Amino acid sequence: MQEFLESFLPAGPLVVLVFSIIPLGVILVYALFAIWLERKVAGHIQDRLGPMETGGWHGWSQTLADLLKMIQKEDLVPARADRFLFKMAPFIAFAASYGAFVAIPLSSGYIGSMIDIGVLYIVAITSLLSVSIIMAGWASNNKWSLLGAMRTAAQTVSYEIPTVVTILSVIVVTGSLNLMHISEMQSGNSFLGFLPNWLIFHSPFMVIAFVLFFIASLAEAHRVPFDLPESESELVGGYQTEYSGMRWGLFMLTEYADMLLLSLVGATLFFGGWNSPFGSFMDGPLWGAFWMLSKGMVLVFVMMWLRWTLPRLRVDQLMNLCWKYLIPATFVNLIFIALWEMIF
Amino acid sequence: MKNPEITLEPPVDAGDGLVAQQMVVNMGPQHPSTHGVLRVELTLDGEVVVKAVPHIGYLHRCFEKHCEQMNDYTKVVPYVDRMDYVAAMNNELGFAIAMERLMGIEVNDRVEYIRVIMAELQRIASHLLAVGTFGLDIGAFTPFLYCFIEREKILDIFEKASGARLLYNYIWIGGLMNDVPDDFRSDTADFVKSFRPKITELNDLLTENKIFVERTANVGVLPAKVALNYAASGPMLRGSGVKWDLRRDDPYSIYDRFEFDIPVGTGEKGTLGDCWDRYIVRVREMEESLRIIEQALDGMPDEGDVQEAIPKKIRPPAGEIYCRTETPRGELGFYIISDKSTSPYRVKARAPSFVNLALLPAISIGSMVADMVAIIGSIDIVLGEVDR
Repeated sequence: MQEFLESFLPAGPLVVLVFSIIPLGVILVYALFAIWLERKVAGHIQDRLGPMETGGWHGWSQTLADLLKMIQKEDLVPARADRFLFKMAPFIAFAASYGAFVAIPLSSGYIGSMIDIGVLYIVAITSLLSVSIIMAGWASNNKWSLLGAMRTAAQTVSYEIPTVVTILSVIVVTGSLNLMHISEMQSGNSFLGFLPNWLIFHSPFMVIAFVLFFIASLAEAHRVPFDLPESESELVGGYQTEYSGMRWGLFMLTEYADMLLLSLVGATLFFGGWNSPFGSFMDGPLWGAFWMLSKGMVLVFVMMWLRWTLPRLRVDQLMNLCWKYLIPATFVNLIFIALWEMIF
Repeated sequence: MKNPEITLEPPVDAGDGLVAQQMVVNMGPQHPSTHGVLRVELTLDGEVVVKAVPHIGYLHRCFEKHCEQMNDYTKVVPYVDRMDYVAAMNNELGFAIAMERLMGIEVNDRVEYIRVIMAELQRIASHLLAVGTFGLDIGAFTPFLYCFIEREKILDIFEKASGARLLYNYIWIGGLMNDVPDDFRSDTADFVKSFRPKITELNDLLTENKIFVERTANVGVLPAKVALNYAASGPMLRGSGVKWDLRRDDPYSIYDRFEFDIPVGTGEKGTLGDCWDRYIVRVREMEESLRIIEQALDGMPDEGDVQEAIPKKIRPPAGEIYCRTETPRGELGFYIISDKSTSPYRVKARAPSFVNLALLPAISIGSMVADMVAIIGSIDIVLGEVDR
């Protein structure tokens, strides 16, 4: 990819800039689409149509209109807020999830950086998100925001453990932390012939691992039923309460970027990443990007589906679920996967 | 009323030079889950509620004083609508019955049957709102809209009859504003038929949902004894297992002619008198209301002038009356004193939401902030009625 860019751009910083801005373009276009999709999904689940007017066909430009509105809105900072932290928090939040896209292989031809500790890096840098949320909650000087931020800290720290352990159980199989290598490993067909050689078909325990990973990633992305940091009916919006305009928009963008990130990680670890589901048919770098994003979007859609179906857990139940059920289950599963690897 | 002082426990040394302190937060009046403009002053220890003090009065409209100044009893009816604005029919019915008893007016059967059908439809509409917003408080958005679709159908029936969708001014002293339209009977029968499966759908989606049960069972437990001591009524009281429904225990209108059960909480999913019990009482009451409507539709006479008993000038004999009826929220009582003039000397409304809300401090101690939302939702207050 980098060589391809160098072929028509003057070498040097510009190439690096264009190269590193590609995920941003992907995230922005995706966020516009996903927010529209979320509304349509919500609408159809709830027996209504969702946005229908703006832009003509099924309100396709509703999010664009919202974006323009948000940019024009006044950037309010509460009088007694910690101004510096308050203004910084949304940027750190977005930087955390954008930074993680570096290690995601968007197609066989594009990965931000071929770092060998890719997964570990993603897990580490997304932890910054909770720091930014605590910053936002604390700096708002609002007790409700603070409650939301405290919940987030507890939630993120707890749910990182099952996420990491499920990822670890994949690493046991692949023997590599580099997501590009993990994707390459999954190309072709499996020994059964008709199933793609994806890790989820590797052993029954991998299916369990995926379910556990998905539950944990719902909590990591603060989606229903684990959307306690926001919980609009209790905390009115949690750490976002005092934000307005584009700063609030950045938090929104981060939320959706996070959903995509975790879905893409899930797609790479379990569903073959950029590999085509039809063997070598429709294969190649461009098709790879298509498959990768499609797989991600399917998982994003499931997240939306859950959001409009389920109620929300309470904070202590959330912790119960994590520490009493999820973490033991992931460890047991890890052991079984390791045994499977030893035996077969 | 003197506001109880909020006192904070002294800071506790938590070690390492840190002190732990309680926190006072204001829940409302601008809060999405206080069902209007209720303000609750919460003292929190972390996320655990140590003390909850409700503050009311943001919607106070001097209902009782207005009644005295209206110079006409009929003009009170629209004001009654505005007390419990999601169950306006039931309020009108309560006031009309009180006035009719005071004046000794008998209304004909057609009026009675239409009134009962309207009141029960309104009960379903009101419970749909209560159940839907309760789900919304727990975080389930979709059941709320499903409930509203059904509520909409009831409002359509009301609109055809009265012209209004929320505040009807339909049940008048001595009769009705006008007769129901010709297709009222078929519309209502259609609704009853289409609504039964929807209750099952609601149960599948929300009632039996594991997360919903986890969030509501064993939360905000109200023992029957406490409920009785606080004079709770309606689903609030029945949720605690007390079989008390004025439609059966002190029948008014023609409720003694119908067969229906009174659902009570049994502590199926948790403790007797928890939020889930109060919720399920409402769901089951909707089914019972459907039964009443079906029987009423069968028994409704086709002939009868709905306005024949309406007096030309309302000038009740001097005297006083207390008349209570069962609204979706509980016992609504009107205490009316007449001095033989064209306006009441005194009207006192015993609003069920107000009395039920008084229980909030008693049942919310030790719960979490998220439970507060569930408890307020399960009390099902309408602030228009609390503040009057």
